[in-house]
Amino acid sequence: MTAALSDSKGAAPEGGRVLRTNPRSTLTRGAGLGLGVIVLWFSVLVLLPLAAVVAVAVNGGWEGFLTTLTNPQTAAAIELTVLTSLAVAVLNVAMGTLIAWVLVRERFRGSRLLEVIIDVPFALPTIVAGLVLLALYGPSSPIGVNVANTRTAVFLAFAFVTLPFVVRSVQPVLEQLDREAEQAAHSLGASAGVTFRRIVLPALIPAIAAGAALSFARGVSEYGSLVLLSGNLALRTEVTSVRMLTYVENGNLAAASVVATVLLFVALVVLVAIDLLQRWLVRRG
Amino acid sequence: MSIVVSNVTKRFGSFVALDDVSLEIPAGRLTALLGPSGGGKSTLLRVIAGLETADSGTVNIEGTEATNLPPQKRNVGFVFQHYAAFKHMTVARNIAFGLEIRKRPRAEIDARVDELLKLVHLSQFADRLPSQLSGGQRQRMALARALAVEPSVLLLDEPFGALDAQVRKELRQWLRRLHDEVHVTTVFVTHDQEEALEVADDIVVINGGRVEQAGTPDEIYDAPASEFVMRFLGPTTHFEGHVVRPHDLDVFSIAVRDSVKAEVTEVQRVGHEVRLSAKPDSASDLTTVSLTRAHFRDLEVGEGDTVWLRLAQGASQIATEAAR
Amino acid sequence: MGKAARRLIVVIYLLALVVVPVALVFWNALKDGLGPVIEALTDPVVVHALQLTLIASLVSVVLNAVFGVGVSVLLVRYEFPGKRALNALIDLPLSVSPVVVGLSLVIVYNVRDGWFGAPLASLGIQVLFSLPGIILATTFISMPLVVREVVPVLQEQGTDQEQAARSLGAGGWTTFRRVTLPGIRWGVIYGVVLCFARSIGEFGAVKIVSGNLTGKTQTATLAVEQLYQNFNQAQAFTIAAVLAGAAIIIISVVAALRVRVERRGA
Repeated sequence: MTAALSDSKGAAPEGGRVLRTNPRSTLTRGAGLGLGVIVLWFSVLVLLPLAAVVAVAVNGGWEGFLTTLTNPQTAAAIELTVLTSLAVAVLNVAMGTLIAWVLVRERFRGSRLLEVIIDVPFALPTIVAGLVLLALYGPSSPIGVNVANTRTAVFLAFAFVTLPFVVRSVQPVLEQLDREAEQAAHSLGASAGVTFRRIVLPALIPAIAAGAALSFARGVSEYGSLVLLSGNLALRTEVTSVRMLTYVENGNLAAASVVATVLLFVALVVLVAIDLLQRWLVRRG
Repeated sequence: MSIVVSNVTKRFGSFVALDDVSLEIPAGRLTALLGPSGGGKSTLLRVIAGLETADSGTVNIEGTEATNLPPQKRNVGFVFQHYAAFKHMTVARNIAFGLEIRKRPRAEIDARVDELLKLVHLSQFADRLPSQLSGGQRQRMALARALAVEPSVLLLDEPFGALDAQVRKELRQWLRRLHDEVHVTTVFVTHDQEEALEVADDIVVINGGRVEQAGTPDEIYDAPASEFVMRFLGPTTHFEGHVVRPHDLDVFSIAVRDSVKAEVTEVQRVGHEVRLSAKPDSASDLTTVSLTRAHFRDLEVGEGDTVWLRLAQGASQIATEAAR
Repeated sequence: MGKAARRLIVVIYLLALVVVPVALVFWNALKDGLGPVIEALTDPVVVHALQLTLIASLVSVVLNAVFGVGVSVLLVRYEFPGKRALNALIDLPLSVSPVVVGLSLVIVYNVRDGWFGAPLASLGIQVLFSLPGIILATTFISMPLVVREVVPVLQEQGTDQEQAARSLGAGGWTTFRRVTLPGIRWGVIYGVVLCFARSIGEFGAVKIVSGNLTGKTQTATLAVEQLYQNFNQAQAFTIAAVLAGAAIIIISVVAALRVRVERRGA
């Protein structure tokens, strides 16, 4: 998650307005040089290659875009990926908030262990994640549940790899929440449910939204966990990343770039949304 | 009686915050729970509100047995030291909250909110967010919010503790005037004896989880029940095996009946008064005497001179622990 | 919903989604005893894959640690035009599909018409289908992780100590080395560890960039895929278990350290 940077000189004093006293630049010579090196490094490593992808895609013109995106297999892949990511994002909003609540407000013996469990999907190699899910929900499942090569597998894989996002986004906010506001609501007659709905939830919504956005972005870009689990059946269980890989392996870098550009655009939109959300959060104190 | 607390005990782990506390809070008056930090007064307030549960004992509010009622059902208004504002709601919505969850008609809610905004002088801030208000304004909003649902009892937990000294003084006067207008039984917690003496109708001094004394400000100040109460409420000094008030000691430049001889060791001029430190012949501790500058000038004494000290008629004095 | 019900739902969800499947991988790897495990781990292909993964990841970690600390200091302690843009862009690698990463590197570094690939090839340097390419891929995708861990710690630390050092006559670099860096060391450590975990786990980008040449440019994750697809399930599960075990140990250690550091600092 992008760290929410409060303006270094703009911290709101008690009850006062936020003062904007940022000078345009406070770089010393050494820092300026460091910034230059870093920007150069970042550009060469990340920005230029991504720009190259967009360049190749744009090079093919509108016809290139349309041809690729209207290809039935590609269109099906994009539709499957987006819809499944959205569905999983919704699931994560519910489960993620619930898990964060239980972790923060209802500590019990073993909740420390839960913290580690939640981070596992984030730290696990994606191919291993696929194998992990395959072990329990695949052909050799000890409980007889086999969803390999189905759309359910795609949903399952997404749910696994995006598990931590909403939880980790909501948790710090929940920890910092002013408990006295909830007590004030109780003293005014609000039940636990009403208090959660009207006092706690509104404070959590920006964090939930940021987590959901990250979950969606991650789902849309997921690859490794699906390779073994979903079977990559064209028009049925093939996701965007797999489709892109096929284009690359067939040497059709142009088509791959078109699909990649669409995904990059999605990622950029998500990042901007999160940045705006967090700035709004910081401003509201 | 409005609130009756009987034999309430509350522990946090091995720390005893309230030790078999019993007291009665009179209806319609402004009562201060006064004491040092960590002495248990906030805990007691929260037990009355239902925000903490007592380990044993009972709480009775306006004739209703409230010990096992959740805070929602006790009809008490609570104001927190750090305001506990609903950050994402406007001032008006904050105040309206209690009424909204009681499903009152919109017109009634709006009218009551307007009335309260006028009462606390925040009408022009109705649509602002709490973060746009000063600390004092936020606390007035919190008060209006608590009063909106017409509680039978209003409880304030160090309500001015987070504010500047100047704002604190203004707001405590304002609270007194508000109480005179609204007449709700009000209990507020403070560690500032000046605040309690200035504002409250009754004071309960609490220390170490126990009630030291309960009474009017005059009773507490002039007839303290223990050395602790005397020390906490004002300046004290030692004299003839007792704890007395420095300004209750009369100073003479000649021996008079029942006076004690002492040598002046130090003269300090502090603002409008003069503080004399004197060592009585019969004692090893220094005694401090406060007198007006005029009186001091008349005395014409200085460091090293001999004076005679006598406790004024009817002044309060408490035998020190050591003397007992 | 009662407290117990909430707890139950959470526990069941996590058991079904994470705990049991992961445990099963270890079970599958170990169910035929240690023999097949040792056989798998001493297979030269596997050994090479693990070595390759380790080397590439370590290099990535070093590069990202330096970059990460530098960017963090700049973002937290200074103002400059474009700062917000940089802050938002830093997270880009985390939101980008690994296949897109691989694709982008192929476009830029391929020897035929890559912007960098062509000139580098004429110098005899091959990026794709060899170690440098793999390093580029793992560095790319784990880049933001050190920054994300260091920035909050740096913000929390405040400038008081640095200002004190300056007032005592320390120059910029000295202040950084002797005051700032020690203060943020736990943030750096966590970031480095997460970066390492992410690097050894990278799959999609590396698959495209490395060419997946067995015994030459095949990383551990690629080896898992190939072994499984060749119906060599025992070995696949073994390597998967090794990687999973490494990941779990890493996050457990980080979690434990975090608790201890917080407790000490409280």
